[in-house]
Order: sequence, then structure tokens, then C-alpha cells
Amino acid sequence: MSKAGALANAPQFGSQEQRIAANQLGMWTLIATEILFFGGLFLSYVTYRVAYPSAFAVGSRHLDYLCGTINTGVLLTSSLCMALGDLSIRKGRTRALAGWISATAALGAAFVCIKGFEYHEMWRDHLVPGFRFDPSVSPQVELFVCLYFIMTGLHAIHMLVGIGLMAWLLKLNAASRFSERAHEPVKMVGLYWHFVDCVWIFLYPLLYLVPKL
Amino acid sequence: MRVSESSVGPLVATYVALMVLLVMTAATRAMPAGWWITPISLGIAALKAFLVAYLFMRLREEKALVRIFAGAGLFWLLILLVLTGADYLTRSWYV
Amino acid sequence: MIASEQGDGPSYLQESTVRSWLGTLDHKRIGILYLFTITFFFAIGASAAAMMRIQLAYPAAGLVTSDAYNRLFTLHGVIMVWFFLIPSIPAVLGNFVLPLAIGARDVAFPRLNLASWYLFVGGGALALYSILVGGVDTGWTFYTPYSSTYSNGHVMAMAGGIFVAGFGSIATGINFIVTVHKLRAPGLTWFRLPLFVWSIYATSIILVLATPVLAITLTLMALERVAGVGIFDPRIGGDPLLFQHLFWFYSHPAVYIMILPGMGVISELVACFSKKAVFGYHAMAFSILSIAGLGFLVWGHHMFVTSQSVYAGVAFSFLSFLVAVPSAIKVFNWVATMHRGAIEFTTPFLYALGFIALFTIGGLTGIFLATLAVDVHLHDTFFVIAHFHYIMVGGGVMAYMGGIHYWWPKISGRMYPEAWGRVAAVTIFVGFNLTFFPQYILGYLGMPRRYWIYPEQFHTLNLVSSAGALVLAIGYILPLIYLPWSFFKGARAGTNPWGATGLEWLAASPPAEHNFRETPVVTRPAYDYPPL
Repeated sequence: MSKAGALANAPQFGSQEQRIAANQLGMWTLIATEILFFGGLFLSYVTYRVAYPSAFAVGSRHLDYLCGTINTGVLLTSSLCMALGDLSIRKGRTRALAGWISATAALGAAFVCIKGFEYHEMWRDHLVPGFRFDPSVSPQVELFVCLYFIMTGLHAIHMLVGIGLMAWLLKLNAASRFSERAHEPVKMVGLYWHFVDCVWIFLYPLLYLVPKL
Repeated sequence: MRVSESSVGPLVATYVALMVLLVMTAATRAMPAGWWITPISLGIAALKAFLVAYLFMRLREEKALVRIFAGAGLFWLLILLVLTGADYLTRSWYV
Repeated sequence: MIASEQGDGPSYLQESTVRSWLGTLDHKRIGILYLFTITFFFAIGASAAAMMRIQLAYPAAGLVTSDAYNRLFTLHGVIMVWFFLIPSIPAVLGNFVLPLAIGARDVAFPRLNLASWYLFVGGGALALYSILVGGVDTGWTFYTPYSSTYSNGHVMAMAGGIFVAGFGSIATGINFIVTVHKLRAPGLTWFRLPLFVWSIYATSIILVLATPVLAITLTLMALERVAGVGIFDPRIGGDPLLFQHLFWFYSHPAVYIMILPGMGVISELVACFSKKAVFGYHAMAFSILSIAGLGFLVWGHHMFVTSQSVYAGVAFSFLSFLVAVPSAIKVFNWVATMHRGAIEFTTPFLYALGFIALFTIGGLTGIFLATLAVDVHLHDTFFVIAHFHYIMVGGGVMAYMGGIHYWWPKISGRMYPEAWGRVAAVTIFVGFNLTFFPQYILGYLGMPRRYWIYPEQFHTLNLVSSAGALVLAIGYILPLIYLPWSFFKGARAGTNPWGATGLEWLAASPPAEHNFRETPVVTRPAYDYPPL
């Protein structure tokens, strides 16, 4: 029993346009939920930064500013690659898409590696809360470091998911599932990737650039 | 497709702008200490995020409904921050 | 064996293998899956309540130790809030009715819908595990630093269960929002939607914007518990109140998740059994949206007697008064709908009447609690408990029961026994008032909540309350018997046994898998009843 106009594998939709619009709206709704998810962490951060401004400045100086800045550049570049990949599939260029997606994933992996290096440095300097944290460091600075790990850790988890999604896109592309007119997953994964980039855009100044007052 | 949707130019221009803004943000570390550094660096961050959302995420080409959805999360986050701030910032006021 | 009437194909109940149920993508079957699961959790939460009421029947009954009592009220709160009330109307009735009501063949994302149910079940399993290995004694509110540092209960598993189930809620919310935006039948403009659809839409907005904050809050609490990081720990400069701000930013809107769908159901019931359009349709729709929006601005009223700023308290108190306005508008409009209507005192309508009475009482007592000075006296007493049970049970659960009975012919293709339905509805109303009205008085007189014993002077009222709980239990058990009975032996229902408006009543009872042979086209307003 099929109705004329209903999509065969998605009978709830009457047309491809409707399906595309629904997917896009769903993705933006998901992004809204993620904003609130990270939002709780931002609230915690703001609360304690206003309460302990000098401790936060000290804590910020413990971080590897160079790694953080390079990482921001890496992530912004990955967003460009993702956007160029989306552009290329709009023109039906599946080979170019594969290249850009791979570049995005590689840059994302580089980000995670640099982050891992930073974490290692913190561990080496006894700055991981709960794991032989340096007792000479004041409790409020420890609070900053806690928030640093939680916020960047949650972000890194989102990055790993994003890299996984890139691999999924490559797999679909290799199976010739994308074309000029049908490439919804690329758009949606792109939205996710750019969003995760936006979160880092705010994390960078908040964590690495706390000024001494 | 409109020209903007199908050309590389705007995307690369956005990227260049983002990198310039990154250099500006990074440079705030070398600025002398002051209360203005935070608003500047956060303002630059907001501009970067806006560029990513408007151009990379293509909000420029979207209908109003999508833009409302995009803004809703931010608006609600503001509620969380502002009303909680109303508690923390007024606790020390004397009755 | 169960055939649909209009030749749209076999009914959605036809295929009966376990695999067809556990792997279904049909929103109607997913609604039924939720129906079974939440009924199971309701039984667990109710058992805890029964034990509490037995303990409180006497000043020092000795049925349970103080520690066990703490674990019982925590269990009751967690299970009833997150595993019964929040999913109840949205996940059962919303899933079943929403696509039918807008003339769609399913929700926007059927696989996500099934994933929601599995997330719910997974979270529930974790919570059950926590209960079985000894439970949690922090209260459903998990206040730090007790929950994060000192409690010896199984907090991690319980919080983990809520966390996982929360993602199921978020997924449902995303699904419903996109469904209402994109899958409405031709001609079904926003202001022709049934108010039930409006209420599900507004609830979904709350689900997607509030639940993530709960998720991160539980994560932070868990991190503090496991790794000793001190976000909420005063010893290293943390603030326990930050937890409360984060927790209540979700949990206050959560109570609107629990009541708004109920209000949507009541609009359907009142219109159908007065055979009249809902009075003030636009005001009702805007009230639903206002309640959802304003509900996000009032959470500090749970924190008046903490060390929260007095000025913030004033702001939150004022905003809490504001949110009462759209709620009151709804009550007036329901009554105005009934005025000069052709009333039929069917079971669903009895539940609707009960809702209006009990929600009004509960809502008014909310105003008492929103008043700063009064709250100083009433906070953490049984007055608060009576207030929220009047709204969530006297309101929410009665709306759920009314909705189940109203849409039962559509869900099962059968009629429930009307006489037993009315008996149960009246029993529940009487039992409910006997249980909870004395608690207003007890709270006013100073009896604190979450205590396993109490002074002798509170004995009589507590005994009445416990006796009432027994009556209430009987009222809830009756449908648990006659509804399954009716599924097999009840009179077969026609397509529209109530003579109601609404697109769901065009589909067969029970509907075919894809609901409609042809998508209906809408040209009339909602509640298009002929003039009386």
C-alpha cells in the first residue's frame, strides 16, 4: 500500500524536499541541545572566574599557549576543508569530496593529538586533579584546572565522534551514495563539525588567554 | 544555485578573516594587563563564531525558521547565564 | 484477527512476533512499548510510596530504618519523575496520537524514535540496578555536597540511568518538533492544530533545551564523586549552590514537561465531551507557549531559603507569579468551553473534571510557595509535597488516565467497560484527596518532609493520608485489570466512537500500519463541532 509521492524507504515523507528540510531542522535542533549541554560548563566557568579572577589567570598561565593557539588554527582550517568538501559535492565532485573529508579528518586527528600532548604535559607537571595534584598549587587554581580538563575533555570527545562521522561519510562516498542532488549526510555532518569548531573558538580565549588583572 | 552557494571565493575569504582574527586574539596575550582584554578576546571569538555559522554553516542562505532554531540555543544559554548571574552578582549587596 | 475497517491494510497490531515489536519503526507500536515500560516503573514507584505511607501511618512505625526510608523516597522520586511522569503522555500518547492527529504516516525520524525507547529502557535498567544493589539516599534532587562527597549510596548508577534516559527524552523532543513543523497534512495550518499537538510541541521545546543541562549537571556531580574534583566542594572554593542552579534550570521546566501534555489532553477531552469548540483557541495556544517559555525563568523559587541572593529571590518570585497567569487562563477557558455544552459524563470527562479541580488547587498552592515570606515557613514541609502531588498526580496522572481511556478505542479497537471506568475515576479522585489534602495541613503545621518519624500530634492526619493511599491504590489497580481485559473481550469500537473531531478519528480503530490510505486535506478549524 503506497501513496503516490511517498518516498519508498521513508514513507513518512511525501517528497525529497520535505525529507531534506526535516533532516536539516533536526540537525539544528540537535545543535541547540549541544549548546545547552556545553552551556552548563560555561556557566560553571563564568561563575568561578568572576569569583577568583587572579587564580584563573595563574591557572591559565599553566596551560600551553602555543599548543592552544596552533590547535585553534588547525580546527579553523579543518572547518574550511569541510566547507570546501560540501561545496565540491554540490557540484557532484565525489573525488574532491573524499579529499576534503580526509583532510578534515586528518586535521581533526591532529587536533586531538596536540590536545593529548597538552594533557601529557599537564600530567608530567602534576596538574591533573585527583592524580597526585601538585599540593603547592592553590585550591582555586585547581578549580580552574578541573574546568579546563572537563571542558576540553568533553570537546575532545565530540571531536572523536566527529572524526568517526568523517569515516562514515568516506564509506558512504566510496559506495557512490552521494551526488549533486543527494548529499544530505555531508551537509549534516558538516553542521556538526562547524559547531564543534565554534565551541573551541570560545574555549580558546576563555582558557588560554585569561589576563592578569 | 546562487553564485554565493557555488563559489569558493566567499569560503576562502572567510577563512582568511578567521585566521586574521585568530592572530588578533593570540596577540591579546602580549597586551598589558587590563579589564578590557576579556571583552576584546570574547568579542573576537563571537565574531569568529558568527563567521563560521553565517558562511561555513550557510546560515546566510537559510530561511528564517532555521535561523531562529540556530539562535534559540544561544538565547536559552543566555537565560541560564543571566538569571544565575542575578544571584551571584547581587549576593554581596546589603539589604 | 484484528482487522482495520477502511481497507488500508492490516491493523498495526496484526503481526505479533517479538522481533516485530522490538524492532518496530511504527510510532504506534513504539507508543505501546512505552506504555508497558512506564506501567512497570509506575508499579515500582508506587510500591515505594506504599511502604512510605505504611511507615508514616504511625509516628514511629518501625517498618523501615531511617536510612531505608531515605532510599525509599529517593527511589520514589527518581522513578516517578524520570521513568513514569516525564515519558507518560509524550512518549505513550504523543507517540501514538501525534502523527495521526496531523495526518502523517509516522514521525519524522522513526529509527530515532525506536532508539529513544531503547535509551529509556537502558537508563531504566541502570536505575533498577542501583535500586537492587541498595539504592540511593540523596533524594531525587541529588544535592551536593552530600551526593558528590558523603553519600554511601549507589549514586553513580542511578545518575547514569537518568543520564541515559535523558538522551532518549532529547531524541523524542527533536523528533516531535521536526514532525510538527514538517509533516502536517495539507491545509493543517498552525492555528488549525488540535491543542494536544500544541502542547506536545511546546513540551518538546522544553525537552530539547532543558534536558542537556541536566545531563551536564549529573556529569559534573559524578566527576566530583569519582575523581574528587571540587566544582561544588566548598573546601576548594566550589559552591554547592551552583549545582542547585544547574539542577533546577532543568528540573523546573521539567515539571512543565509533566503538565503541559496533560493540559493538551484536557483540552481534547473537554471539547469532545461538551461537543463544543475550545473557548479562546488562540489564547489557549499562546498560553501553552507562554508556560513553556516562562517556565524557564522561575527556577530560583526552589532556592529561596538557600543562601541565594535575596534580590534574585525577588525576581524569581515575581516571575513565578507571572507563570500562573497563562495556567489560570487555561482553567477559565476549559470551564467556559463546558458552559452550555452537551456534557457527557464519560470516564475521560470525569478525569478531565478531576484534573481541573485538582490542578487549580495545586496551582494556587504554588502561589503560596512562590511568595517569599510564606515559603520560608513552608519550604521542606509536607505542604510542598502536597502541592506538587496535586499538580503532578491530581493533574498529570489524571490527564494521562483520561487520555488513555479517550484514545483506548483507537489504540486497541475495543471499548473499555464504561461503568468500571467511572468507578475507577471516582475512586482515584476520592483516594487522592484523602491522601494529599491532609498533607497541606500537616505542612502548614510544620511537619517536615523526608523524615521517617514525626511527633504524636501529627498522627491523625497522617493516618487519614495513609488510608487514602489505600483507596488511591485500589483506584489505580482497577484499570490495570479492566483495560487488558477489554483488549481481548471489550466491545469492538468503530472508527469514531465519541463523535470527536480530530484527524486521528478518521483512521481505523485500530489504525493500519501507515495510518491513512490517502493523506487527509484539512479545510476546517480545529474542534469543528456543529452548533448546539
